[in-house]
Amino acid sequence: MTTTASTVLPGSLNANRRLSQWLAINADGTVTVRTGKVELGQGIATALAQIVCDELGVVAPRIRMVAASTATSPNEGVTAGSMSVHDSGGALRQVCAEARAIYLQAAATRFNLSDSEAALLTVRDGSIQTSNGEPISSYWALADDALLDGETTGLAVPGGVTSTAALQRLDIPDKVTGRPRFVHDMMLPGMLFGCVLHPPSPGATLLGVDLAIVDALPGVVATVRDGSFLGVVASDEYAAVKALAKLAVLAKWQEPETLPDMNDLPAFLRAQLHDTMLVGEKKSETPLGESKQFQASYSRPFIAHASAAPSCAVARYSADLLEVWTHSQGIFNLRADLTVMFGMPENQVSVQHAEGAGSYGHNGADDAACDAALLARAVPGRAVRVQWTREDELSQAPFGAAMAVDIKAEVSSDGRITDWQHDVWSNGHSMRPGRSKTPVLLAAAHLAKPYEKQVAINMPLAGGGGSERNSVPTYDFAAWRATSHRCLSMPIRTSSLRSLGAHCNVFASESFVDEIATGLGADPLEFRLRHLTDPRAKDVLNAAASMADWHNLRSTKIEGRGVGIAFARYKNTGAWCAVVALIDAGHELRVKNLWIAVDVGRAVHLDGIVNQIEGGAIQAVSWTLKEAAQFDRTRITSNTWETYPILRFSEVPAVQVKVIDRPEQKSVGAGEATNGPVSAAIANAVFNALDVRVRHMPFTMEAITKAALAEEHS
Amino acid sequence: MNLNINGSTHTVQADANTPLIYVLRNDCDLKGTRFGCGAAQCGSCHVLIDGVSVPSCDTPLWAAEGKAVTTVEGLSQSGELSALQQAFVDEQAAQCGYCISGMLISATELLQKNQQPTEADVRTALDKHLCRCGSHNRIVRAVLRIVSGAASKAAV
Repeated sequence: MTTTASTVLPGSLNANRRLSQWLAINADGTVTVRTGKVELGQGIATALAQIVCDELGVVAPRIRMVAASTATSPNEGVTAGSMSVHDSGGALRQVCAEARAIYLQAAATRFNLSDSEAALLTVRDGSIQTSNGEPISSYWALADDALLDGETTGLAVPGGVTSTAALQRLDIPDKVTGRPRFVHDMMLPGMLFGCVLHPPSPGATLLGVDLAIVDALPGVVATVRDGSFLGVVASDEYAAVKALAKLAVLAKWQEPETLPDMNDLPAFLRAQLHDTMLVGEKKSETPLGESKQFQASYSRPFIAHASAAPSCAVARYSADLLEVWTHSQGIFNLRADLTVMFGMPENQVSVQHAEGAGSYGHNGADDAACDAALLARAVPGRAVRVQWTREDELSQAPFGAAMAVDIKAEVSSDGRITDWQHDVWSNGHSMRPGRSKTPVLLAAAHLAKPYEKQVAINMPLAGGGGSERNSVPTYDFAAWRATSHRCLSMPIRTSSLRSLGAHCNVFASESFVDEIATGLGADPLEFRLRHLTDPRAKDVLNAAASMADWHNLRSTKIEGRGVGIAFARYKNTGAWCAVVALIDAGHELRVKNLWIAVDVGRAVHLDGIVNQIEGGAIQAVSWTLKEAAQFDRTRITSNTWETYPILRFSEVPAVQVKVIDRPEQKSVGAGEATNGPVSAAIANAVFNALDVRVRHMPFTMEAITKAALAEEHS
Repeated sequence: MNLNINGSTHTVQADANTPLIYVLRNDCDLKGTRFGCGAAQCGSCHVLIDGVSVPSCDTPLWAAEGKAVTTVEGLSQSGELSALQQAFVDEQAAQCGYCISGMLISATELLQKNQQPTEADVRTALDKHLCRCGSHNRIVRAVLRIVSGAASKAAV
């Protein structure tokens, strides 16, 4: 029996229906698992392995997770948006439940069991047992690829096996012993090392360079110039690095002033031509009575991914095959752009994932892969490894978009928000490869025959949106309207960064709720609960408040100390998350504690969820207190860790996380839920400590002083 | 040039000014030392030289000659994880893990000098190491885990 095309199956199974695309049971006692999602340091491989163990009834050492590859993996699009447990986990859960049923049936057939006997068969670490615990066969004894070589029926019911013990991360032992694991560590036979000299500013064009000087350097195998794309390939890494330094000295660039005024980004964002879109609205059925108006504007700057490792890739080119190893979040998308740029059919471009350092969106991974492919084309048959410099990583990779948010509200005389108008101004948050006919990889616009530079878009709201993500209120307001204004020019390249527009939208709206609450003299927790009917929303707010001992902290005033709360349901459809922040605003602003309550539905891998929540929260503290891309009118100038500082060990708050497990509910992602609430909770805590409302990130002491002076003048 | 790395002698053909990291990774095939910035600003490439944690991206080969170099691979003996490495596994103290090698090196240095570090000592020793995934508190807990009686002292 097969499903019809109209049957909707869980997660990515819908588009990849053949069981063998996902799973193989092997005679050697192992289980091969293929997923199209990739390990970004978020632990997804372990979470998916856990699902396979639970549904199939096997122990973890048997699991072989195969790195995603365009040649062999189900196409699951991009690993992003906290969707992997839903997409890939949902598919694997169904596939494993069905595989288990198929193997039990195979055992029943082989041993001529009656239907009632067959119904009582169980699995214990792959061993198939009768109702009295007697093993009669095993997955391994019955292993036959033909059994899974069909489309799913979609009929198996997951949950047939008792949950196995929580797994530890599969990759950590390699990482604490320094075993090669990252794409940076790959060594292919005869591999060469390449470096690319990227244009020094976003608008730069190459006027000239004397490549003969570089060609004559020791170890240099080839130099490549194609328009403003400039690179070198050498026999060893240090030779390539030295040749790159020489190229930088020799290259002459024309650099027009294309960048906006770093110190007034909201004005820049509002002054562009926009694609304006009504995100949603609700009109009140009853007329507004007497009300009080509130309004405020908020912003965040451009934020760098600032990954721990510079982007890296390995490529090998021949006339009929381009092979690429990359830490891209979207190997199929990357392949699409490469097929266009290299004029090769899809089946001649193979893109395989290899781990990189932590990735929080569309960083430089795809661009580095394209760089490696372009250099590899100059030395056919030889693998070329390209590793970006730290300067490239901080200045050439796409940035998280700067954003400005204006909110107005009407509040009735009984202290309820009756109308809410949210306007967000931003570049788009999506410029991933493979989504338009024109390649968007960094080098594409630099070639002698350049592809036109594209402007970032926002994905449809049904897929989570971009700028508009979380611009729709989570609260039960009588009337509201959310409007998104996407800039149609893009002097600084932007694309998706963890939580996309939700970060600034939640920061703004949860700061604004706090402004109204404190303006009315209401307790910010009680004021939020007043506007909520969703029990899961209330539960996370109450849980975070309880962990923090909210009422006690708020009522005990200590000079310089502040406590703030914030909440959001990520994407309005994902995880519920509430955060209480305790800060110390003495001579510098320190976040001391974060208490976080989160509801991600069914908690598949509890420690993995806690790890993601902690990590997202600490990264958000860093964004909020410290981070802003710096630039003059031509160049991004924040291209070292000194000029783009991030949070350090001595500055990291204590983080306590409570996961409210809902075993009966579907799982949603955890990685992005905290970003917005953390920033808002800190802003609200600063107000609690200093009576100063900081509305523009980052909250440097200079920014706080500026906000205080502005309040004095108003 | 002869280098003493993790107790073994490696003979390498390289310019004396070559940064140690390239030789470790490419000539000695010790990939555990990770490149992060090339400017001694992030800590991911730290190794011990005569027991001192230093950035290998900023250490020329000549400065390592004749000294004992220990990389993350040298922290485990005959396949057994060191107590510190095991503590990182037990605390699940990583997300991407790219920065972990350097932190293990500096934490090893700390524990050799001070067997009873406080949480503040650990944070100070690791402050030169950047982690972008936000695993800091787990890493601090992992280091304190092997300090006797300190587990209960960790406020994180």
